[in-house]
Amino acid sequence: MLGLNKNDLTLLLVVAVLTLFAPFILNPFPADSAMAQFNAGYPDLMQRFIIFGIFAIGFNILFGLTGYLSFGHAAFLGVGSYAAVWMFKLLSYNVVPAIGLAIIMAGLFSVLIGYVSLRRSGIYFSILTLAFAQMSFALAYSVLSNPKFNLTNGETGLQVYKNDPQIFHGEGMQDFPHFFGIYMNSTHTMNVGAWSFDFNAGYYLCAIIMIAVFYLSIRIFRSPFGMMLRAIKSNQTRMSYTGLNPRPHTLAAFVISGMYAGLAGGLMAAMDPLAGAERMQWTASGEVVLMTILGGTGTLIGPVLGAGFIKYFENIFSKINDNILHQWFAFLPDGIEDFVVFIIHPFIGKGWHLTLGIMFMLVVIFLPGGLVEGGQRIGKWIKSRGKSDDKTATTEPAE
Amino acid sequence: MDAFILQILNGLDKGSAYALIALGLTLIFGTLGVVNFAHGALFMIGAFCAVSLSKLLQLSYVTIDETQKDFLGNPLKVETPYVESWFGPEVGAAIIDWSVPLSILLAIPVMILVGLIMERGLIKHFYKREHADQILVTFGLAIVLQEIVKYYFGANPIQTPPPDALLGVSNLGAWFGFELPYPNWRIVYFCFSALVIAGVFAFLQFTTFGMVVRAGMADRETVGLLGIDIDKRFTIMFAIAACVAGLAGVMYAPINPPNYHMGMDFLVLSFVVVVVGGMGSLPGAVLAGFMLGILESFASTTWATTTLPGINQIIIYLVAIIVLLTRPRGLMGRKGVMEE
Repeated sequence: MLGLNKNDLTLLLVVAVLTLFAPFILNPFPADSAMAQFNAGYPDLMQRFIIFGIFAIGFNILFGLTGYLSFGHAAFLGVGSYAAVWMFKLLSYNVVPAIGLAIIMAGLFSVLIGYVSLRRSGIYFSILTLAFAQMSFALAYSVLSNPKFNLTNGETGLQVYKNDPQIFHGEGMQDFPHFFGIYMNSTHTMNVGAWSFDFNAGYYLCAIIMIAVFYLSIRIFRSPFGMMLRAIKSNQTRMSYTGLNPRPHTLAAFVISGMYAGLAGGLMAAMDPLAGAERMQWTASGEVVLMTILGGTGTLIGPVLGAGFIKYFENIFSKINDNILHQWFAFLPDGIEDFVVFIIHPFIGKGWHLTLGIMFMLVVIFLPGGLVEGGQRIGKWIKSRGKSDDKTATTEPAE
Repeated sequence: MDAFILQILNGLDKGSAYALIALGLTLIFGTLGVVNFAHGALFMIGAFCAVSLSKLLQLSYVTIDETQKDFLGNPLKVETPYVESWFGPEVGAAIIDWSVPLSILLAIPVMILVGLIMERGLIKHFYKREHADQILVTFGLAIVLQEIVKYYFGANPIQTPPPDALLGVSNLGAWFGFELPYPNWRIVYFCFSALVIAGVFAFLQFTTFGMVVRAGMADRETVGLLGIDIDKRFTIMFAIAACVAGLAGVMYAPINPPNYHMGMDFLVLSFVVVVVGGMGSLPGAVLAGFMLGILESFASTTWATTTLPGINQIIIYLVAIIVLLTRPRGLMGRKGVMEE
């Protein structure tokens, strides 16, 4: 079905079911129980899961398939956001033209940057993309916000003002992005016993788009084009000896992943009509690298997992404080309790980045295939425990 | 004329920092073939050596002076730093005043230790892996180091003043008959980095150890076959490179109050410097460091920013892009380095 084989179809269906039922799955704890702080099923966070998932899927098409490590992908996200907000400012709050322009602008931008950066490979490519991204950040932050030609509104960030043209803005419409009248912030809350589940229009828009682009990425991975990209990763010289020019393929991959980033940026603006230059900074590019590696480079589901994992723990870890720790470890004797809390303290709350950095290093060192490889290893271990005489088990690269 | 010289001088101090960091990066890359994204973090650790020493020296105990009263009429509390009670008030005050230059003595062993631990503990295991993996693991390490520093020192920049004697501004143009005020500490910084750079080059050029290391950079395998333990020497070179970055950080602390993300800020630029200078070329790294520093300072003049707004922010990246596209090996890059 849909041109996919059985495994891929199952994967797609699982992802679709998980995203569509996420409001239930992410809210496993009753709303006023002590564990409610671990609920991730509120619209804002769920939207971020999906948006960064899209961003990471796109990044993975470039890095996972071709092996070109770009440190400047956040620039495309930023361009997408700016383009979307400009659409809100000029036309109306409808998200369709906004997201459309975001993708187109990010695509054009990535053709430009990709054409130049892809003339070099390896570390040079990483540094070129880094340089371009930092340049766009510096331009967006300062130069393009002068009074004569205010494209980005500098430090404040681009937003929609009352005196903007908005030529198609309807009379009775609210001032918030909508999809033909369905507002992105409209949420239906369903109460089932002690539980409450939020169904947010914006989330479902993101979710449907993500399922679509996830399907697209499966198709790319399985297509002859995807095969070509893998050839670039494994041996570029041999590829050119067979008479194929790697550069157009790499450029195509670069542009596709740039458009994914633009889409993510457009959605980000659609959920909250604001765009700031800090989205383009290279630390933001570093974040998508972390997500992809943590989840599993070159795998289909890895980037989505990584994005969800990082965004979930970012939220949860930064909410934990010393009081909560004391509650958890209350069963320990007093001295030990204080000691345990003292040890854990640097890793929680504001120290969440420390935890992330350590986790990331551990993954790169011990688990190059990321969470997906970890899952596969556990799966294999369970299987091999069942039949102990299976000695031919070989580790396969995560695909 | 004097404005022209002033811009060159202004560029020199930033250029020195770029040159020192880029020199360390190139040393590591040239010897171990590892792309070290944690090098900026080493620079930052150096700066925080200066911060910690100056805090340490200012540790005081409180005595109550019954003879004096504060404005509320209570006995006056006098804080006396321990160093002042140990060495006498005058020597003690001088030690506190000179805490930043003194931190060099602290920074050298600390940085060598950090370098050795980093190389033996982590980077050793990444020689055989792809450059992307090396970038990623050192990037992770940089985040970890930066967050640890943030945890202990907070997120705000910490003022670390230079010694009073070097605090002022002197008129460099006096010898040539025009006005050219320039902060003393920046002169010190430039001289210091010139000294360090000269030291590294002399070490590589004129000692047997340096000769072996250069031979190892050219052909590691052959040197190994000659029965020389090249790995050990490369580990020491890593420690020296860490030390260079640390010293750059120590002396930079008075120019730019250290904060936890200063490493990352400098790292991006230093990488650009290395690439412009030519990956693996030590003179190239130093030359490009100074050149880009001076170029940046020229781009920050009012004339340049009014003709091309924002040029000061993007000039370095622009130059890097142009150099990479026209001279792929950088200014002084050798053939066959980092080319697939």
